[in-house]
Amino acid sequence: MRIGDAKQSYEADEAILTSSTQKIWFALFLLALLLFPFMADAYLLYLSCLVGIAVISTTGLNILTGFTGLISLGQAGFMGVGGYTVAWLSANTELPFPVTLLLAGLLAAAVGILVGLPSLRVKGLYLAIATLAASVFLHFIFAEWESVTGGMGGLSLEPAHLFGLTFQSDFGMYFIIVPLAVLMVLAARNVFRTRIGRAFIAIRDRDISAEILGINLLHYKLMSFALSSFYAGVAGGLFAYFFRVVTPESFPLSMSIFYLAAVIVGGMGNLLGGILGAAFMTLIPEILKLLTTALTPFYPNAPIFMSPMLEIIFGGLIVGFLIFEPHGLAEIWHRIRRFFSLWPFKN
Amino acid sequence: MSSILEISHLSLSFGGVKALQDVSFRVPENTVTTVIGPNGAGKTSLFNCISGFYKPQQGTISYQGKALTGIKPPARAALGLARTFQNIALFRGMTVLDNIKLGAHVHMKSGLLGSLAYFGAARREEMAVRQEVERHIIDFLEIDHIRRQPVASLSYGLQKRVELARALAMRPKVLMLDEPVAGMNREEKEDMARFILDIREEWGVTVLMVEHDMGMVMDISDHIAVLNFGQVIAEGQPAEMQNNQQVIEAYLGTSDMESLRKKLNPDREVA
Repeated sequence: MRIGDAKQSYEADEAILTSSTQKIWFALFLLALLLFPFMADAYLLYLSCLVGIAVISTTGLNILTGFTGLISLGQAGFMGVGGYTVAWLSANTELPFPVTLLLAGLLAAAVGILVGLPSLRVKGLYLAIATLAASVFLHFIFAEWESVTGGMGGLSLEPAHLFGLTFQSDFGMYFIIVPLAVLMVLAARNVFRTRIGRAFIAIRDRDISAEILGINLLHYKLMSFALSSFYAGVAGGLFAYFFRVVTPESFPLSMSIFYLAAVIVGGMGNLLGGILGAAFMTLIPEILKLLTTALTPFYPNAPIFMSPMLEIIFGGLIVGFLIFEPHGLAEIWHRIRRFFSLWPFKN
Repeated sequence: MSSILEISHLSLSFGGVKALQDVSFRVPENTVTTVIGPNGAGKTSLFNCISGFYKPQQGTISYQGKALTGIKPPARAALGLARTFQNIALFRGMTVLDNIKLGAHVHMKSGLLGSLAYFGAARREEMAVRQEVERHIIDFLEIDHIRRQPVASLSYGLQKRVELARALAMRPKVLMLDEPVAGMNREEKEDMARFILDIREEWGVTVLMVEHDMGMVMDISDHIAVLNFGQVIAEGQPAEMQNNQQVIEAYLGTSDMESLRKKLNPDREVA
């Protein structure tokens, strides 16, 4: 049962965490994130870094597609811009990682603004096609601008560094990726407590009325593109530092679809949904692989049968979630919360 | 009485359809002015021209003595032209409170960085808006019990009231209401009429309204313009309108079709 909820000020009422229970749980969650790398094995550490990168990029796409209603298939391209920026800067400069990541985000945001320019005129699927064209174009640049991107062979990177510390292992990268993911999700949450977030949602729900109510559509659509691509650029930069190599094939079109699926499966226009969707999309294929390995002692042929089946099962799971949970994984969480908000007096 | 909004010789057509033809009338300051007319008379088109959503081919709209021509809709909102819509245009993805706060958008300044950090000026501005919305609008319109609800879950009458609240958050000088009591029951209508009168008297806002409910129009309007087939056929005080022969014809029809044709197309020879 949710009690002790009375507020004395509007400030307290508008906080992200409003009750002491929430604050305690959030603190425990942060503590768990902090302690996790000391207990996890190499494989789990590797996966958690991937989830962290996916969370940042999915949150970015959620701002654009989930909250502003602009469908984009350019996310992988924007991540590529970030990845190549970091790779180039680490090869040609001595800049520490916070600077390179910031520059990666800013350059991706600039490209995002350019790609977003048609969004005032075209909407829905037409915009998806326009962003698709942009991502093909970016892929072409990654592959062909050899003097900067290294062509098809790509670029390899030095490990991320700051104040003489280098972050070579997954263990080190975890302490860059996860705090950044937490920070960026919280920043996105902040945006949706202010006028800018409200303007995004208004554009998604009724763009014409929004304009008459005083929202400059082009300005806010481009801002949404910029913000979303900034997140993608940072995620792409982290991706580059994590794998220490970028090639045009690091950022394929299927990656854009992966992130769009993560937003939809998690719950469009819901930040928690973005997190859950990113984790789901990253972890389910791995869990399926683990299942296959677990089955091998009983069915020696399991890998042969299962490996082609994995993609099908993965696809089936996505379709299943869309049918049974159309509002996304976040809705499951909201149901649990609703249940406990009245428990044990009503269920 | 000086007029805050003056519409002169406004013409708007879509292809061959003439939605507005040479429409002229004025909205005196601090009055409730109502535009009435049968369906399809061009009332909503007129509102859309004032909002800047439609661009009339001819004529001007002047607001506080300055022509609005060429000013885009968001800038018009910032000048103090607020409105509600005929088919409720609330944002379904937001709560009642966020919908109302959105109305204050044009009067807020915080940028993206302030928003991301929710710190300093951005935070103070949000708090100031919250306070203003709570104390002056939510309290005034008696909707404090629903402020946390998503708008989609509200009854029609309450949705209309939330839309009015959002328009008030725009700090309007002219408040345009497109059919504020359509589809409401008697009690809801009476509440809305009371709010409209209070807005004019206490807030000093000029109200420009389109409405079909004649009882309410006659009760609360100070000034009425009658539109039919895109033309203003009469303008004046409620009592005058009630006895105007043309207005009665427009609403109840006339048996003399020839006179009607002549009135609509004075230049064309009747075959």
